[in-house]
Amino acid sequence: MMPARLLRQLGHRVTDRLWRLGFASRFLLMTILYSGTSLRRFQLTIREIYFTGVLSLIIILVSGLFVGMVLGLQGYDTLQRYGSSEALGILVALSLVRELGPVVAALLFASRAGSAITAEIGLMKATEQLSAMEMMAVNPIARVVAPRFWAGVISMPLLAALFSAMGVLGGYLVGVQLIGVDEGSFWSQMQAAVDFRQDIMNGVIKSCVFGAIVSWIAVFEGYDADPTAEGVSRATTRTVVTSSLAILAADFVLTAFMFRGL
Amino acid sequence: MNRAVIDLWVGIFAALGLVALLFLALKVGNLSSTDVGETYSLQARFDNIGGLKVRAPVKSAGVVVGRVAEIRFDAKDYMALVSMQIDNRYQFPRDTFATINTSGLLGEQYVGFEVGGDTALLKAGDVVKKTQSAMVLEKLISQFMFSKAAEDEGKKTTD
Repeated sequence: MMPARLLRQLGHRVTDRLWRLGFASRFLLMTILYSGTSLRRFQLTIREIYFTGVLSLIIILVSGLFVGMVLGLQGYDTLQRYGSSEALGILVALSLVRELGPVVAALLFASRAGSAITAEIGLMKATEQLSAMEMMAVNPIARVVAPRFWAGVISMPLLAALFSAMGVLGGYLVGVQLIGVDEGSFWSQMQAAVDFRQDIMNGVIKSCVFGAIVSWIAVFEGYDADPTAEGVSRATTRTVVTSSLAILAADFVLTAFMFRGL
Repeated sequence: MNRAVIDLWVGIFAALGLVALLFLALKVGNLSSTDVGETYSLQARFDNIGGLKVRAPVKSAGVVVGRVAEIRFDAKDYMALVSMQIDNRYQFPRDTFATINTSGLLGEQYVGFEVGGDTALLKAGDVVKKTQSAMVLEKLISQFMFSKAAEDEGKKTTD
């Protein structure tokens, strides 16, 4: 009898996951369908950009600076063994605009803003604010969910660009000011190697996708949370874990398409 | 938090983000000095392209005048067919000599144009006739070693 039970459990889990995935996809579709309000009454979205984007500025800027400085130190240490410490600019800039900027900024965004969105929407559900809105014929998806979703999609590329720019400045501070790599070759080699369309725009596209993924997961987990204190806390945890994994997986897929063989 | 303050902060945030993007584009990337603008295509056949890659620069007198657009293997004459996009501002004579050079000892490879004296100019789609293949470092080293060995042999016999 044991194998049958195990199989039944497995089947139950699989259908459960699939059901949630389907629900999440339909939820995303509804969010996009009802996003007219959040774009027409843009003030709603601006408010959410303040809470997700502006309040994440400090953590993004500081982490970007430190990541860039660490890249400067580590990159110099390795490059000077091969006598090419002038290539430090290329190493710092390419690793930031292609990978670290979008990915690390999205991970920070998921834990800083995504968890807050989930907790907020989950608590709204737990205190029956969402039901109250429906009673007043206000669509909670249009009024609450869509502005938060679009705020994430808009904020993420800006945050990633700020992260990369701060990182390059951090690499410059350590590499040129502290260690003494030649300033001219630091910038000129960087400019020769970093392509606007190939590297920078692909990074921006990546961060837009990550922004959509994080906000989608955050609003969905909040909307789907069990309306209890424990349910909200579990939903918040799930947001951070799921969106981090989703970011890294999506990053692999996007990188495979963007930088194949180039 | 009233509306004006939120608007101000979001405005600052958006401006900062755009400035960062502009910084990346102009200072980090090559948007300020790119090869945008009109180009025409030239082709060249090489016996051996070494490590030449698509998007490698095409230089004349050390100045970038174009980029390598495509590299194919021509099965008819067993040579590499390299297509290049050259900036429209620059025209080259018919007897231009295309070589594959390396910047520095271990740097990237690029196509170099050495200009001849012909008055007729290369047109779009033309094939550069005179080419020189990439210098393969291993070949040079082995040639050097063999010639050195032969020299030593010669010395021994005269002694």
